[in-house]
Amino acid sequence: MCLAIPGKIVEISSDNQDSALVEVVGVRRRIDLGLLQDDKPVPGDWVLVHVGFAMSKISEQDAADQMNTLRMLGEIDGAMQEVKGYGLEDVN
Amino acid sequence: MRFVDEFREPELISKTAGEIRRLAGTERHYRMMEVCGGHTHAIYRFGLKDILPENIELIHGPGCPVCVLPMGRIDDGLAIAHEPDVIFAAFGDMMRVPGTQGSPLEHKARGMDVRIVYSPADALKLARLNPEKHVMFFAIGFETTAPSTALTIMRARAEGISNFSVFCNHVTIIPAIRAILDSPDMRLDAFIGPGHVSTVIGCRPYEWIAHNERKPIVVSGFEPLDMLQSIVMLLRQLNAGEAKVENQYKRVVPWEGNRAALKAMAEVFELRPYFEWRGLGFISQSALRINGKYAEFDTEQRFEVPGIRVTDPKAAQCGEVLKGVLKPHQCKLFGRECTPEHPIGALMVSSEGSCAAYYNYEHRKAAMVTLSSAG
Repeated sequence: MCLAIPGKIVEISSDNQDSALVEVVGVRRRIDLGLLQDDKPVPGDWVLVHVGFAMSKISEQDAADQMNTLRMLGEIDGAMQEVKGYGLEDVN
Repeated sequence: MRFVDEFREPELISKTAGEIRRLAGTERHYRMMEVCGGHTHAIYRFGLKDILPENIELIHGPGCPVCVLPMGRIDDGLAIAHEPDVIFAAFGDMMRVPGTQGSPLEHKARGMDVRIVYSPADALKLARLNPEKHVMFFAIGFETTAPSTALTIMRARAEGISNFSVFCNHVTIIPAIRAILDSPDMRLDAFIGPGHVSTVIGCRPYEWIAHNERKPIVVSGFEPLDMLQSIVMLLRQLNAGEAKVENQYKRVVPWEGNRAALKAMAEVFELRPYFEWRGLGFISQSALRINGKYAEFDTEQRFEVPGIRVTDPKAAQCGEVLKGVLKPHQCKLFGRECTPEHPIGALMVSSEGSCAAYYNYEHRKAAMVTLSSAG
């Protein structure tokens, strides 16, 4: 439920500044940046993603640590399933 | 120390564990509540209890949104989804949660239009894709998730979408902590504060716990080292007779929280006068509903909600476990009638619930030991 998934901002939409392409372990999906209005990320920044929304900006090291935490918690599959499901892709 | 070799910085972990033993001494008994279900899961998964001295007791708190949702709310949501041309959309975590007539997944098997979404934004996308249907998003979660629901509703308004509503079950963590502290059978010394909820609300809302209740609270990350460091910080405060709010998870949690997220919540939601929590009963001002300005997106204002109330089986002692009065395995139903495969009580439903976490790690471990010693 409360998974926070680290992702790297790849691209901000040209027609919608609140929409960004994010990459999580090779999977690219669109997320919403609307909750980071006060501190907008730019391509190359790392963010913690929760239910399709960027929640906070983090460092690359923290992103790697968070990935490792998810792995240790046995939640990496759940996290990847969540990311793959964004945009209703990979959803039955 | 079960997984200690996998941990980052194992030497630092051993050193921190040594510091905990030194600070805890032997005389005093320390009772600390980890508020967040993610921490509960991590504590069992990492076997932290094997690292901690016996006089530090960790009590598992109410921070698992699936676990604290009363069964009546699931029944209400499913009853609305029975209306013609309604699509029931919810997170995967909700799908196996039993209502009195079965879980959403079981309703789907019986023909209901039930869809898993991984984001509230995708529930809105379903509404866009199915203009002839009404999409109802069954929203759950603490302050970590509520801002995303709020922003989705604002996006629906901006786009002029009229076939979308939210059945709002968002709850807030502070009133639950207050209810636990007010409970007469509760004895707690300190709190391990939730990590991701605090990215939104920040650390200030905890100040009354330190100032008025004189209990230390440390907002913590989820790695083993994070939690051990948080316990060191709590022990230092307790031994010095102090009560402060401290932030161990500074790399993610800003002291002031996320203002844009709080603003979105304030725009769309208002506090309910009271809300029922499974295991804890009614708690005043502990949940959110959609305010009048966004009434058209409120499932409860668009549809007739039956307002079903379901009493948990008397034998299930979820409330006592939730308040730390009983350990999960001390409940009469634990591991017999109530298992993660067939949950009866709230805390067995989600992997973040303390009974499910206890069952998945401790109970199965004990069973393996019995098997191997018998063999």
